[in-house]
Amino acid sequence: MEWRDDCILLATRPLGEGTALIEVFSGLHGRYAGALRGGASRKMAPLLQPGAQLDATWRARLDSQLGSFTVEPLRGRAGALLSDRLALLGLGAVCALARYALPERQPYPEFYRHTLALLDRLGEPGWLHDYALWELTLLEETGYGLDLSQCAVTGATHGLAYVSPRSGRAVTPEGAGDYAARLLPLPEGLRPGGTLDAEGLRAALALSGHFLTDWLARAQDKPLPEARARLLRAIG
Amino acid sequence: MADARDEIDALIGQFARLPGLGPRSARRMVLHLLQRRDQALRPLVMALDRVAQTAQPCQRCGNIATAPICDICADPRRATGEICVVEDVADLWAMERGQAFTGRYHVLGGTLSALDAIGPDDLRIPQLLDRIASEGVREVILALGATVDGQTTAHYIAEALEDSGVTLSALAQGVPVGGELDFLDDGTIGAALRARRAF
Repeated sequence: MEWRDDCILLATRPLGEGTALIEVFSGLHGRYAGALRGGASRKMAPLLQPGAQLDATWRARLDSQLGSFTVEPLRGRAGALLSDRLALLGLGAVCALARYALPERQPYPEFYRHTLALLDRLGEPGWLHDYALWELTLLEETGYGLDLSQCAVTGATHGLAYVSPRSGRAVTPEGAGDYAARLLPLPEGLRPGGTLDAEGLRAALALSGHFLTDWLARAQDKPLPEARARLLRAIG
Repeated sequence: MADARDEIDALIGQFARLPGLGPRSARRMVLHLLQRRDQALRPLVMALDRVAQTAQPCQRCGNIATAPICDICADPRRATGEICVVEDVADLWAMERGQAFTGRYHVLGGTLSALDAIGPDDLRIPQLLDRIASEGVREVILALGATVDGQTTAHYIAEALEDSGVTLSALAQGVPVGGELDFLDDGTIGAALRARRAF
């Protein structure tokens, strides 16, 4: 078995002395783990930071085996972010959540491109808005998408202001009626190309956080990665 | 005879588990020691025994010492008002080899890591805050690795020390001595360029 593809490095940990066990997110093959000989060396350490883009080849005798990687670094991202606390936490949250949520060996080509675009934007103005959208896309890609296209009660496509915490469907204030207090606020700027103020950003992350916790984490039967909580604490 | 062989095999097994060694090099080491009992084996046994009896973490900085307080913390000449925060004892030893720092250290015992579920409570950050208050520290130098985990930890400590009144600094990142640009990764070149100074 063998494949070669562009990948995002999600995690690395030592395996023995010179080898590293790396986990990557490939556009065509999904999340894959494998051993990388020499991956724990000092020469490779700066290239194997989370978020790095690699040209990776994975090989194994059988598909069920762990397999081994050979990699060619294409682009490192961590170096540019080391002095930006929030961006660094964002990088950690993206890699940790992708590792947590994506099933192994299942391709998500569109989500891969989305993740790559987000990683390229980390630290730039407005990247947290992109991050909030990325979390909603992650939910969608893993089968827990929200329906924010129209009101679940009235069918209206404009003026959507809430999301049902149970169904994940959008609701207008008219549709919500007396139940508005029990619904999750849907920030107005939460759409591609929109803008979110600080309050809107917190509401957006609370919205995705609710469904990540209630749906995804419950299905995984383990808590969300601490890296996301650290990012949220830093945002305030 | 079989018992002696078992014991030697067990010794080889112990050596083979050490970092940088495998079964073959462990066998060579054991054979070397057995052939030089008085010159190598017995002194090694005594040295190991002494270290096993006395080695302990310094109660103040976390360095490995043979007394409750390590030589660096006990030396009044090193009370310069500067504390250098490092990830582990190996980093402290590396800094000492450089002979460029004359203050004291604080060993965190790791870095924040989402992967290994290491949070702030698992590191010696509260002890650092106590030392800053009790030792009249003026400057804290963050000498943590230029990795995602290392710098995430550095930012966390910087935030924790925000109201402490101490000056915070961090090691520079860039071209190493003897480094040629052609062989550097793009992250290091970028960091070096951003940290350029008047020449």
